[in-house]
Amino acid sequence: MEDIKPQLVKITFDGIEVEVEPGTTIMQAARKIAEADESQAALVPPAMCYYKPLNASGGKCRACLVKVAQGSAKDPRPMPKLVPSCITQVQEGMVVENTTNQGVLDTRKSIVEFLLINHPLDCPICDQAGECHLQDFAFEHGSAKTRYEEERRTFDKIDIGPHVQLHMTRCILCYRCVYTADQITDKRVHGVMNRGDASEISTYIEKAIDNDFSGNVIDVCPVGALTDKTFRFKQRVWFTKPEDAHRDCDKCCGKVTLWYRGDEVLRVTARKNTWGEVNDFICNTCRFDKKKTSDWVLEGPTKVKRSSVISANKYRADLVKKPDFALKLAASQYKPVDDDRAYVTDEDTIRQQSIENNDKANHRSLLAKNN
Amino acid sequence: MAKKILTEHINVPGIETFDVYRKQGGYTAVEKAIKTMTPEEVVEEAKKSGVRGRGGAGFPMGMKWGFLAKPEGVPRYLVCNADESEPGTFKDHHLMKSIPHLLIEGMIISSYALGANKSFIYVRGELMYVIRILEKAIEEAKAQGFLGKNILGSGYDLELIVQPGGGAYICGEETALLESLEGKRGNPRNKPPFPAVKGLYQSPTVVNNVESIANMSWIINNGGDAYAAIGIGRSTGTKLISASGHIEKPGVYEIELGVSVEEFLNSDEYCGGIRKGHHLKALVAGGSSVPILPAHLIMKTANGEDRLMSYESLSDGGFATGTMLGSGGFIVFDETACIVRNTWNFSRFYHHESCGQCSPCREGTGWMEKVLHRIEHGHGSMHDVDLLVDISKKIEGNTICPLGDAAAWPVASAIRHFRDEFVWHITNPHEATQPGAVYRGEMELA
Repeated sequence: MEDIKPQLVKITFDGIEVEVEPGTTIMQAARKIAEADESQAALVPPAMCYYKPLNASGGKCRACLVKVAQGSAKDPRPMPKLVPSCITQVQEGMVVENTTNQGVLDTRKSIVEFLLINHPLDCPICDQAGECHLQDFAFEHGSAKTRYEEERRTFDKIDIGPHVQLHMTRCILCYRCVYTADQITDKRVHGVMNRGDASEISTYIEKAIDNDFSGNVIDVCPVGALTDKTFRFKQRVWFTKPEDAHRDCDKCCGKVTLWYRGDEVLRVTARKNTWGEVNDFICNTCRFDKKKTSDWVLEGPTKVKRSSVISANKYRADLVKKPDFALKLAASQYKPVDDDRAYVTDEDTIRQQSIENNDKANHRSLLAKNN
Repeated sequence: MAKKILTEHINVPGIETFDVYRKQGGYTAVEKAIKTMTPEEVVEEAKKSGVRGRGGAGFPMGMKWGFLAKPEGVPRYLVCNADESEPGTFKDHHLMKSIPHLLIEGMIISSYALGANKSFIYVRGELMYVIRILEKAIEEAKAQGFLGKNILGSGYDLELIVQPGGGAYICGEETALLESLEGKRGNPRNKPPFPAVKGLYQSPTVVNNVESIANMSWIINNGGDAYAAIGIGRSTGTKLISASGHIEKPGVYEIELGVSVEEFLNSDEYCGGIRKGHHLKALVAGGSSVPILPAHLIMKTANGEDRLMSYESLSDGGFATGTMLGSGGFIVFDETACIVRNTWNFSRFYHHESCGQCSPCREGTGWMEKVLHRIEHGHGSMHDVDLLVDISKKIEGNTICPLGDAAAWPVASAIRHFRDEFVWHITNPHEATQPGAVYRGEMELA
């Protein structure tokens, strides 16, 4: 009899070999590499729509497209198109190129461009700024200028209840909130209306708003389309200090992150992992009503990724990567001044030279007059 | 006269009724298949015939049937894709409204071959009257014992359901069609799994075009080898071509694959030539999504061979100098047609029909449409042309379904072959925006 235990599948991702269980996606394999070695975190493809805890998410934003240079050990042909790494399962002997393939990087750049076409540049007044996936994605992969000159798509504001603010104009249609409402709130709701770039998240949230878990759509939203009304315009996220805390809740796990300004709890969110995903969803009572420290048992400061703006000025400075690219740029553009005059600091010499220069100038102007 | 398979009896008065259709030899193929053949033999005939999917992709139908997973205790489905909405293609519409029993006969044979006991015809929502014709035909067939329980005493049951679509082009994509059929929003699914493994209601499903299925009755009556003898090379059988545009006789024509483009365009049997006093400028050979070709490339391939109406010959030269047979929407432009305006119009269609699920297509189609609108209305600048090429390249191949490709190809090919015309629009905005203004620069007309 053959061994029933599933054999591990070995793949090569950007030249790094990793063994994963069969049925794992390329994205999960890449995350496994980064979890084992934190310095490889930049290898992981970005995800705007994929959200591991939600079934059927992924494959929509195309931000995570990678090149499969070798399909498997049995069939070594490369895949003809770039594949979404979040939903493509690994095969034994698969060779995947992500950051090592220029075509993939170019495509990713264009995906940023596409996503930003209809996204307003209102980061300065957006509550999501600082913890926005699109901001990170655009910063890491986008270009500084836009080629889009036309008018951008906008939507009228819809009031969807006392807790959640919907800004449809900022939405990138990742469908995460639709899956959340569908899977967490246990109701079949229609999420998206209309077609193409006129699609919008419909008023389903209004109907789901009486549900105890509706607040989770705020956490899953990668951009500022769904924000917490109790936190709106209160504070920039990087001025708040996250603390892990828990309480006994009869509806949810009660494990949350409290965001402090001074000794005031400004907002409560579920705990996010390294990839910005929530595994333990929390109820609306915990999220919106319990805003006193006395409601919670504190566990200590939340561990924040050192690249996050939230960690600025609060964590060890030596862990924050220095912007060496600016220094390199300056060094590359530095040109020595073409001047062979002696460098003098002695004041008498300077005065003497100045007098001589004046004399020369006077002499020249006299010559010009006489001629 | 060329061989006719689908349209042989189409002009017989009353052919849409069961009695007349039966008198013309209808439903003999069902009798033959169900009484004398096993399902495997029917699949074998389909494979032998080499009939290729008529919906646009041209994938061999028999091979597609062969991929169908057959797990125990799980129902299998056959879905007929009658959501024909491609601009320039109107063959299935014509076939279904004129001779509905041909499709129903094909559906019975194909369902029998695949072991499906419930089959669907997903018809474009705009064609409500065609849906009524089909439903009436199904009632007639049921009354005669060709549908329903225990067909012809063989013990094989088949229920045929006609489902109107909601009027979305995207629902012609097979997985979006299945989503729509399940009652959901018509968003294409991520593949794999393919429908042959997990399709309708997570069961193995085959989705075929109307024309492909309609061929089955002839194939059963005459044998797959006889079908394969028609046509040229791997393009076997006949094909319905929807001819439209600046020709003398627009309409649906059945051609034997392998007829030359020149013959199809100019002979009196088919299009009857370009309308009098005008010349061919450009041609879209397979519906709006395939690349447009200028006159000199459509008659002859880049190697100087005659271009034939077949899958291989039309795609000769790749996208640099070739195009595709696609769904057979033959759109002809004479020298009065403005390519920029036409490209903008196609682009507008794809912008409107993009489902909005994946970002390159959702945002890219709209962007291309806006840039083309700008050029057409005299506000373009020179870098817009390269911008369009770049956008189309970034959409192509990066989307969930082929709609992104279909939106990118017409734009990319129009610029590839008619760049001068785009440049003229940009450099002469005043002239180009006059009513009826068309670029009359150096251009090869035929």
